Amino acid sequence: MSFPGLPRMTGWRPIATILILAGAVAATARFAFGLGATTNLSDAFPWGLWIGFDFLGIGLAASGFTIVAAVNLFHAKEYEPIVRPAILTAFIGYLLVVLVLIIDLGRPDHFWHPMVMWNPKSVMCEISWCLMLYTTVLSLEFAPIILEKFNIHAPIKWIHAISLPLMIFGVLLSTLHQSSFGSLYLIVPNRLHALWYTPLLPVLFFVSCIASGISMVILESLILSRGGRDYLPTPLRANLAKIIAVTLAVYTVVRLQDLLARGALRELTTLTYYSLAFYAELLIGFVIPFALLLVERIRTSRRGLYAASLMVVVGFAFNRMNTAITGLEQYPTQTYFPSLIEVFIMLGITAVGFSAFSFIVKHFPIFEGAAVAPGLHHTAVAAQANPGFLSPDGGDLEPS
Amino acid sequence: MSQKKAMLIDVTLCVGCNACQGACKEENQLPPSDEKYLSLTAFTALSKYNDLYIRRMCQHCDVPTCVSVCPVGALTKMEAGPVAYDGEKCIGCRYCLQACPFHVPKYEWSSTQPRIQKCKFCASRLAQGRPPACAEACPTGATKFGDRDGLLAEAAGRISAEPTKFVPRIYGRDDVGGTSMLYISPVPFEQLGFDARLGKTPLPMLTMSALSKVPNVLSVGGVMLGGIWWITNRRSEVQAFEATEKKNRPSRHEDNP
Repeated sequence: MSFPGLPRMTGWRPIATILILAGAVAATARFAFGLGATTNLSDAFPWGLWIGFDFLGIGLAASGFTIVAAVNLFHAKEYEPIVRPAILTAFIGYLLVVLVLIIDLGRPDHFWHPMVMWNPKSVMCEISWCLMLYTTVLSLEFAPIILEKFNIHAPIKWIHAISLPLMIFGVLLSTLHQSSFGSLYLIVPNRLHALWYTPLLPVLFFVSCIASGISMVILESLILSRGGRDYLPTPLRANLAKIIAVTLAVYTVVRLQDLLARGALRELTTLTYYSLAFYAELLIGFVIPFALLLVERIRTSRRGLYAASLMVVVGFAFNRMNTAITGLEQYPTQTYFPSLIEVFIMLGITAVGFSAFSFIVKHFPIFEGAAVAPGLHHTAVAAQANPGFLSPDGGDLEPS
Repeated sequence: MSQKKAMLIDVTLCVGCNACQGACKEENQLPPSDEKYLSLTAFTALSKYNDLYIRRMCQHCDVPTCVSVCPVGALTKMEAGPVAYDGEKCIGCRYCLQACPFHVPKYEWSSTQPRIQKCKFCASRLAQGRPPACAEACPTGATKFGDRDGLLAEAAGRISAEPTKFVPRIYGRDDVGGTSMLYISPVPFEQLGFDARLGKTPLPMLTMSALSKVPNVLSVGGVMLGGIWWITNRRSEVQAFEATEKKNRPSRHEDNP
C-alpha cells in the first residue's frame, strides 16, 4: 500500500535497522553489566544524556495537548486535520520517554513502585503519576484510530462519552508535568548555574514547550507534504507560526527579565563555557526564529518556515540539555560526556519512534480526510446534522 | 521535650587519628582501609585543611532534601534523627544524589541491583540507647553524641567561653533548616570546604512553592477549560443553527408563495 504523504527518505530503512539493532545490543549490555560499566554517569553526575532525552521527547510531544486543546476545547476546527498526527506524535513520544526512563532507573524491576509507594512532596513522584496518567489519556485518545480500522465500535462510543473530561484532564496533566520537569531543578540552587537556575524554571519550561510542540507539528506537516499532498494549508501553518512567534517573545522577555532581576545578566558579559552555551540556546532557539517569524514572507514560505521551526526545535534541545547537563557541570574540573552505549540506546529508541510513526501512518487513517478526532467533533457534527434539538418545540423546522 | 539526637564535632579537638572511620567500617562491616573521601565503603571520612581535620558524613538534616525528593519514600527521617534508607523500595532514580546539598549519597554503580550507601547515624545502636560507633571511638571527644538541644547549648557555651578560639557560628544549627551534625570551628566554615551559599531555608521549601500550586492548577484549570469549551461549543451550535435557519426559510417561501 502506498501512501502519498510519506517522506521520501532513501536509505532510511537500513539506517533505522542498524540503529535499532545497535540500540538493542547496547540495552542488553546496560542490563547485563549495570549502569557503571556502560554509562559515564557518576556520583557527581547522576543524571545525563537520557534525562536530557526525556526532557526533549516530552517537550517535542507537547503538540499532543496544545493541538487537542486548540481544536476540541477552543474549537479552532480548521486545525482538525493535524489532531491525529499530533496525538500520534505525542503518544509515541511519551511511550519512548517512559521506556528510556525505565532503562535509566537503577532498578528497572522496581519501575512500578511509584504506583503504590507515594511521596507527595516529591516532584519526581508527581511527574511519574502525570506520565502514567497522561500516557493512558493519550492511549484512549489514540485508540479510536486503531479500533476504527478493525470496525470495533462499542469502545469508541465509551471513549467518546468521556472525551470532554478526558481531554481537559490531559491538558491539565500536560501543563503540570511539562512545568514539573523544570521544577525538578528547583531543589539544586547551589548546583545549577545561575544562567539556568531560577524559581521560574517551571514557567519557562511550560512556555517553551508550547513553541517547540507547535514547531514539531509544522515540521511534520512540511516533511510529509513532500510526498505531494499538503494536509495543512499554508495560511493555517502561517497562523501557527504566529503563535510560535508570540510564545518565543514572551519566553525571551521573561527569561531576560528574570536574569536581570537575579543579577545574573553579568554572567553574559564575558565569553565563558556557560555564556556560550546560553547564547547558543537563546539565539538559535528563540531570538533568531522570532525575528524570522515576524516576516510574513517567511511565515508563508515552506523553506523559511522549515528553517525557523527547525531552529526552535534545535534551540529547545540546547535549552533542555543545558539545564540537564551544561548548567550542572563544573567546567573544566567536572564535566560529563555520554558514553557510546548511552548514545546508542538513545539513537536506537529514536529510530524505533520514527519507524513506529511511519508504520502507523502507513497502515492507519492518520492523515486521511476529515479526521474525526476522539472528542466532541461527533456532537458538533450531530448538531449540524440535526439542529432541531436547539429549539425547544422543534416545530419551527421541518424534517427534510 | 525533644528526643532528637545529634553529634557535636569540635574541629579544634580533632587530631586526625581516623578512629571514627575505623569504628564506622567495623560497625557497618566495610573493608578496613584508610579513605580520604566518602565512598561506598567509607560512610565517614576526614578531609584536611591546613592543620585542621573535618569529618564528612551524612548530616541527617531536620528537613532532609533527599527524603523530600525520593518519589517512592525509600528515604525517611526517623524521630530520633537518622535519615534511613530502604533499598527494597528504591527505584534507582538517583534524584537524592542530584539533590543532596552535601553530596552525601553514593551509588553502587557497578551493581546490577544498585542501592545508595551513606552514614546511617547508627540507627540500630541509637534504638538500643547506645551512641554511634564513631562517637564511641573518638579518643579526644571531638565527636560528641547527645540530645540535640543539649549539644547546641554546649556548643554555644564552648564558643562563649573561648571567643578567640572559635568563629561565632554553630554550623548545622539552622543551615538548610538545621542538621543533626553540628560543627564548631576556629576558622570560617567556607575555608573548610563547606558550601557557604546554602542558607537557612530547608531546600524542600523551594519545591513546595511549585508543588503547592498543583491543586490550584487542577481545579481552576479544569473549570476554566470546561468553561471555554462550553462557550466555544455553544457558539458553534448557534452558528450551525443560524445557518440551517437561513437555508430553511427561503425554501419555505418557495413552497408557500
